[in-house]
Amino acid sequence: MTGGEKIAVILDKCVGCTLCVKVCPFGAITMKDKKAVIDLTKCTLCGACAEACKFKAINIDKTGSKSDLSGYKDVWVFCEQKQGKVQTISYELLGKGRELADKLGVRLCGLLLGDKMDTACQDIISRGADRVYYVESPKLKIYQDDPYTNVLTEMVKKHKPEVLLCGATTIGRSLISRVAVNIRTGLTADCTGLDIDMGERLLLQTRPAFGGNIMATIISPNTRPQMATVRHKVMKEAEPQAGRKGDVVKETLPEDMYHSRSKILDIVEEIEETVNLAEADIIVSGGRGLGSPENFEIIKELALVLGGAVGASRMAVDSGWMPYSHQVGQTGKTVCPKLYIACGISGQIQHLIGMKSSDVIIAINKDPEAPIFGVATYGIVDDLFKVVPMLTQELKKRLK
Amino acid sequence: MKIVVLIKQVPDTTDVKIDPVTNTLKREGVKSVINPFDMYAIEEAVRIKERVGEGEVVVISMGPPQAQEAIREAISLGCDRGILLSDRKFAGSDTWATSYTISQAIRKVGDFKVILCGKQASDGDTAQVGPGVSTHLDIPQVTYVKKIDKIDKTVAVVHRMTEEGYDIVETPLPVVLTVVKEINEPRMPSLKGKMKAKSAQIPVWTADDIACEPDKVGLDGSPTRVMKVFTPPPRGGGQMLKGETEDVSSKLADIIKSVIIG
Repeated sequence: MTGGEKIAVILDKCVGCTLCVKVCPFGAITMKDKKAVIDLTKCTLCGACAEACKFKAINIDKTGSKSDLSGYKDVWVFCEQKQGKVQTISYELLGKGRELADKLGVRLCGLLLGDKMDTACQDIISRGADRVYYVESPKLKIYQDDPYTNVLTEMVKKHKPEVLLCGATTIGRSLISRVAVNIRTGLTADCTGLDIDMGERLLLQTRPAFGGNIMATIISPNTRPQMATVRHKVMKEAEPQAGRKGDVVKETLPEDMYHSRSKILDIVEEIEETVNLAEADIIVSGGRGLGSPENFEIIKELALVLGGAVGASRMAVDSGWMPYSHQVGQTGKTVCPKLYIACGISGQIQHLIGMKSSDVIIAINKDPEAPIFGVATYGIVDDLFKVVPMLTQELKKRLK
Repeated sequence: MKIVVLIKQVPDTTDVKIDPVTNTLKREGVKSVINPFDMYAIEEAVRIKERVGEGEVVVISMGPPQAQEAIREAISLGCDRGILLSDRKFAGSDTWATSYTISQAIRKVGDFKVILCGKQASDGDTAQVGPGVSTHLDIPQVTYVKKIDKIDKTVAVVHRMTEEGYDIVETPLPVVLTVVKEINEPRMPSLKGKMKAKSAQIPVWTADDIACEPDKVGLDGSPTRVMKVFTPPPRGGGQMLKGETEDVSSKLADIIKSVIIG
């Protein structure tokens, strides 16, 4: 290797097979005189090339200074609350967290910030936590960036967890990135898979990138805690177990930590006809094929019968048929419900990115060539104005 | 009043396709574009300048030399000038190192009041760099901003999108705002803007130019490591239900019932 580069081609070993050129997700490798050449301005050191090379001709220096990590233990879950109610995403994380803590042989701890939430602490224990760190103050009742960041940073520094999980919600994403910067540790967003490598007690964090076209497994080898966010509905919710025991550690921090530079003037709820898209188990979505805002009624009716949420394609939102909060796709929301029913949606890649990880996808579209059928579990080529109302009637009978 | 916009050049995802034979990303002819969310940040920056009646919009991007195309496009859309952060030392930066590097550049720009960026980038989807920058600079942030109600040189009142609706937040300046699509409808580049973009000088700042500590940039400054990259198994096309509408609807209702009830 030459002059301290982090990645290098070992010319003696490179046979010019071009396999690395093909696997590089960033187009950083070209061939020159039948040897691979890496463009360091494009290379992100992801390692795809080194893994693909059959001749071990690409060397990546992934060592880094290792600090003493032995003082860090326990798996923590940041338990998000709104209006004194622990959010379901936290129960999902407690489910996964329990599994990780058992593998590591450590405690699972919930971290809760709020006011008058003693009952919620017991709820968190019943969902699998061995301990709850509860920071109580009227100033923590509502989420605000500054106080929450200060408190989390302080708690992590004081108690040194080795893993910290957080929901990839609006609050979670805004908060946890700040904590990671303060602690100077690694953070991986939107993990769809979490596991432990026992050798180094590493959290293996698998996440999609490029709209799910590639998957990457990320580690934080030299820093603790290893922090990850997880989206809604990716992990299975921990069920409450009656009589489960654990301890609650109440902490009070200096008042100045609760100070917020910004101020919330008002909280406005825009509860639409149905539930929050990100949390929905069932989503019925409409697109261009509906033709008008009035026609969304048949989508809403089907959603109502199923107890699901209403989604919309970008086209339907841009036409003003549905509010933006309903938009599914790249510039809207990413969802992964158990059931996604796409009605009159052709399935542009931007839409598919937002919904293709749904468990079961049903597509109803007139056009047999519509790309949506490429990801659908079940497809129906027919007029949605006939199928959807009929389906609603059939379901009414079955789901009484 | 100085307004900084942070943009990222990303592959145009409409073009990202998997090669069915090699099972890798097809890159031939993949265009690079400004991250779609950053387009709203650019527009909002220009609008703030118009609203306040004076100021300068500075666009910053970190990436390979060709990312200056993205900066030129931003200038054509109304930004006053741009700076590219590009250095081999930045290779392998994760969101920690990236937000550090960008915050160093913002410090050098100096005297900033508002820093705008999209809520996340469409290639990495992390939504971590905006909050990271506010933390490195130790200034407030408001994420997922869908409306700026009021803004002057010292304070802003904004609407922050939440799962249930929105919060109305008052924040002192300087502040980092990450924006969502709902905030505006970006304008098209003007002829004047295009001319300006064409001739604009875009300085390239390296790690040394912005006084980066060596152990905080690139791979050394990045706590995370990519252990492996792989292609997820493609989601195969499913089953087509065929027949009369009545029969198909009935069959589908049975399927849905079994999915729901399990």
